Amino acid sequence: MTDMQKLYLLVPLAPLAGAILAGLFGKAIGRAGAHIATILGVGVAFVASVFVFKDVQAGNTFNGTVYTWMVAGGIKFEVGFLIDSLTVMMMLVVTFVSLMVHIYTIGYMSEDPGYQRFFSYISLFTFSMLMLVMSNNFLQLFFGWEAVGLVSYLLIGFWYDRPTAIYANLKAFLVNRVGDFGFLLGIGLVAAYTGSLNYAEVFGKAGELASQQMAVTGWSLITAICICLFIGAMGKSAQVPLHVWLPDSMEGPTPISALIHAATMVTAGIFMVARMSPLFELSDVALSFVLVIGATTALFMGFLGIVQNDVKRVVAYSTLSQLGYMTVALGVSAYSAAVFHLMTHAFFKALLFLGAGSVIIGMHHDQDMRNMGGLRKYMPITWITSLLGSLALIGFPFFSGFYSKDSIIEAVHASSIPGAGYALFCVMLGVFVTAFYSFRMYFLVFHGEERFGKEHHDHHGDHDDEEPAADHHHGLAPGQKPHESPWVVTVPLILLAIPSVIIGYMTIEPMLFGEWFKGVIFVGENHVGLKELAANFHGPAAMALHGLQTAPFWLAMGGVALAWFFYMVKPGIPAAIQRSFKPLYVLLDNKYYFDRFNEIFFAGGSRLLGKGLWKVGDQGVIDGVAVNGTAKFVGWVAQISRLFQTGHLYQYAFVMIIGVFVLLTFWFNRG
Amino acid sequence: MTDIPFLSLAIWVPILGGLLVLATGSDRNAPLARVLSLAVAVAGFVVTIPLYTGFDASTSAMQFVELQSWIPRFNINYHLGIDGISVLFLLLNAFITIIVVMAGWQVIEEKVAQYMAAFLIMSGLMNGIFSALDGVLFYVFFEASLIPLYLVIGIWGGPNRVYAAIKFFLYTLLGSLLMLIALLYLFMQSGGSFSILDWHQLPLPIEPQVLIFLAFLIAFGVKVPMWPVHTWLPDAHVEAPTGGSVVLAAIALKLGAYGFLRFSMPIVPDASQQLAPVVITLSLIAVIYIGFVALVQTDMKKLVAYSSISHMGFVTLGFFMFNQLGIEGALVQMISHGFVSGAMFLCIGVLYDRVHSRQIADYGGVVHTMPKFAAFFMLFAMANSGLPATSGFVGEFMVVLGAVEYNFWVGFAAATTLILGAAYTLWMYKRVVFGKVANDHVAELEDLNAREFAFLGILALCVLAMGLYPFPFTEVMHASVDELLRHVAVSKL
Repeated sequence: MTDMQKLYLLVPLAPLAGAILAGLFGKAIGRAGAHIATILGVGVAFVASVFVFKDVQAGNTFNGTVYTWMVAGGIKFEVGFLIDSLTVMMMLVVTFVSLMVHIYTIGYMSEDPGYQRFFSYISLFTFSMLMLVMSNNFLQLFFGWEAVGLVSYLLIGFWYDRPTAIYANLKAFLVNRVGDFGFLLGIGLVAAYTGSLNYAEVFGKAGELASQQMAVTGWSLITAICICLFIGAMGKSAQVPLHVWLPDSMEGPTPISALIHAATMVTAGIFMVARMSPLFELSDVALSFVLVIGATTALFMGFLGIVQNDVKRVVAYSTLSQLGYMTVALGVSAYSAAVFHLMTHAFFKALLFLGAGSVIIGMHHDQDMRNMGGLRKYMPITWITSLLGSLALIGFPFFSGFYSKDSIIEAVHASSIPGAGYALFCVMLGVFVTAFYSFRMYFLVFHGEERFGKEHHDHHGDHDDEEPAADHHHGLAPGQKPHESPWVVTVPLILLAIPSVIIGYMTIEPMLFGEWFKGVIFVGENHVGLKELAANFHGPAAMALHGLQTAPFWLAMGGVALAWFFYMVKPGIPAAIQRSFKPLYVLLDNKYYFDRFNEIFFAGGSRLLGKGLWKVGDQGVIDGVAVNGTAKFVGWVAQISRLFQTGHLYQYAFVMIIGVFVLLTFWFNRG
Repeated sequence: MTDIPFLSLAIWVPILGGLLVLATGSDRNAPLARVLSLAVAVAGFVVTIPLYTGFDASTSAMQFVELQSWIPRFNINYHLGIDGISVLFLLLNAFITIIVVMAGWQVIEEKVAQYMAAFLIMSGLMNGIFSALDGVLFYVFFEASLIPLYLVIGIWGGPNRVYAAIKFFLYTLLGSLLMLIALLYLFMQSGGSFSILDWHQLPLPIEPQVLIFLAFLIAFGVKVPMWPVHTWLPDAHVEAPTGGSVVLAAIALKLGAYGFLRFSMPIVPDASQQLAPVVITLSLIAVIYIGFVALVQTDMKKLVAYSSISHMGFVTLGFFMFNQLGIEGALVQMISHGFVSGAMFLCIGVLYDRVHSRQIADYGGVVHTMPKFAAFFMLFAMANSGLPATSGFVGEFMVVLGAVEYNFWVGFAAATTLILGAAYTLWMYKRVVFGKVANDHVAELEDLNAREFAFLGILALCVLAMGLYPFPFTEVMHASVDELLRHVAVSKL
């Protein structure tokens, strides 16, 4: 094993060691021991990733096996690494955000009895996510895929006392399993038709797959594979209609909302599709499907962000919408733009979540924006960093989000794939919506009248899933003021704010128009992708200046202005609109009734079906008729035949005589 | 190869040891009976280890063969041997016996010697089933193994134990009688041989093949159990003591599945091929129908029993697709199911010993008082839902891949277990373990003691080891499974 290979191994194993230490020996090493061990593990992983990054930059990539997991059916199932520009970018993002979240957690969870357990879980998550992105084959991809799902499940239900939390984590796991169902079938098709699970080997046979049809169904094989794989991405990356788990996942502690449900795990689907670009490029049908799903998520989940009052839920819907943008980019073959947005989003969305968490600490675990206002005076660092994050999110020129989002919009503009027109409409309008809900939150939290510390608002009972669990929703007592969070919280905010502002400016050229993803991401000749954009690109500064004259910028400004007008100038307007557009508001407030439908149709339907099969099928027909029926029949025959066993000699003699007569009759007539 | 008859040892050490335990007599000697049982169980496991270490994975021929004349008049022989299909089951069986002895250590207080002896004798008989190469020998072991299990349920079982024991006995007896007829027919046709290996080579027309196949299908299908002859299993599990459930799930169910590979497929290959769609349909019904039924169970043991049926559906499905991934996946699933379902029943047993209820509704918030238990239970629940890095994933993954290769829609139906399995297992876990402390019983629970920690810990290691590195498990199977597939592909008509 070379030194570099040892380094590759070190990246995932260091966080795993931390997780094991904190998880199994948490009591022995204590709270400080747990956070030191895990932060050290993730820190080592981050530093090692930086070295790997330098190495990849120098042109050294790696594709090899760590160990053979199993051999069966002529297929090698292996655990191995593929280290290239896409992998190493993900490694840096994952380890950096994870490190920030680890540090932040010291402050956020300081009073929680499950401190060690929490650190163990987030380190375990980091390990799983790294195994996912570093994989060179479908098996390990699926491993990582399910493992991050498991940790997400454990973390959403971290406060296992709260009924809403343990409801949300079961829901998250099951909805993800629906996605995994498709994903597994996709992997099955890949294995069945290529005889391999190794990326390089499968991509090498992509051309063959494209010309084949499936044996039983007669469908285009490559389209079926891509759509199945994408269903997996829809689960993990929360695309409509499998998005329902993500808002509820906010029941978990805020650090994991930042790490798992914003920056890293939910982008696994985006990463996977980008990784599979040699397959997706061969199916326009699959790409159109991806595009339409993404566009729908981008716009319609954005609308829901407008009516939320819980800070975390606003950011959650914003995450859904931004994931939609990434998916749209995949659909128009702008894979590098999707991955680029994935990266910038990881920084600014982690920042926004951790900022929201800082506000929640300041508000003593009150998450309702209606009880906030004017916090900028009390929490200056949180305020400034959140403002920077919001500007990045709405795509303000020069901020990181501008570069990634604008590239996506331009790519959609240039695309001619079916659905591109609809997608363009969605992403353009989405810009306005994003700006509106982001600054609605920003103004409600940091500006305006100070609404905290008054008599307790109750939650108006308008969110059935918001049941306040007594010990986690105290809020500020009357007269009490919010306070800025400790340094372990604010330092990660600052460290995340820096890339949120500058990373786009710095990296757009190599990532989108340069050689960085060459040989990793594949765009077919027949797809425009980012080619037109590249022709018009004259450096990041020129792009930002040009951006000031384009529609998206003015849409974003319009959204900010409207939010300012509604929530700063005329605070009565939102309520008035809410009244006059009652049905629309009800629709949004009920999240388009997805939850209600799933609850009644899928959950209720399954229970009903199960009861029916059990009571009617098993107990009624099989046991009732067949088994006990047989027993009863035997009993009945026995009852009848018992009548012959009377014990009266004359009856026996009578039967014998009849028998003799019958026999004699046969005897004489046999000739 | 050495001349030590390891297979005979694997069979007779536990049986004779069991008789010795029986000889300790009344419960005054219970401590002695326990220690002696553990020693016998460990010895029984130790003698199976050479079967794996000395196993030659490169050949599909029978190994460790022992051949003695038993009843010369009917050409019945004491003929033993194992191949890549059977070897792992002997180890699993001997291993589970140790766990069962540990699990019954403090819990069983009455008729201790008899209880332990029943399990030891059963263990030896089951090793006999997995290694018998003579039809009559197989049949004798197959039937004899029913008796200890029947007694375990009937004597140490719950309130409704007699109904359950009789239902179990009659169900399986019905199947065995049909098998006996098939065996006698084969004896006639083969010109007076009871050798299973001779029967593998015996040419048969299609009509008798179909009839023999159906007889075997019922005999083995009841054991597996396959839908619709499964209803004895939930009742048997509910009434059985924990150890009985563990052996039932971990080993007894495997006997039927093993029968398909040793008898149905090689003896009547043409009928197997022709009727495979029937078996596949029944298997998919088991996976889906039973998955839904498991979802609505209110009794934990019933839930896991139904989950067992659903998982065994994967086994029969894997067999009858006639591809390597399917068959090996099914074998892996059988081993894994031995660990996982055994562990699930032990977990339920741990709760039952404390609260004396198996109703989900009687629990809630167990994690508060039993955090160690909750962690183990979580691992096993995840393994039961087929999470990667646990053994439960390996077999399911292989069978689903094999099914997609066989027919996309079969794969589609099979993959629903991903959702259903997670739904019924984790929903139960949520209601039992998570939430606020539900009642005083839960509030007073004590966490695992050292003995419970030990056996759950050992099983946890097995589940993880097999999930992280299944290579050693699949490696021994290849040659035999390849040979089986080659054999089945050649028509006997």
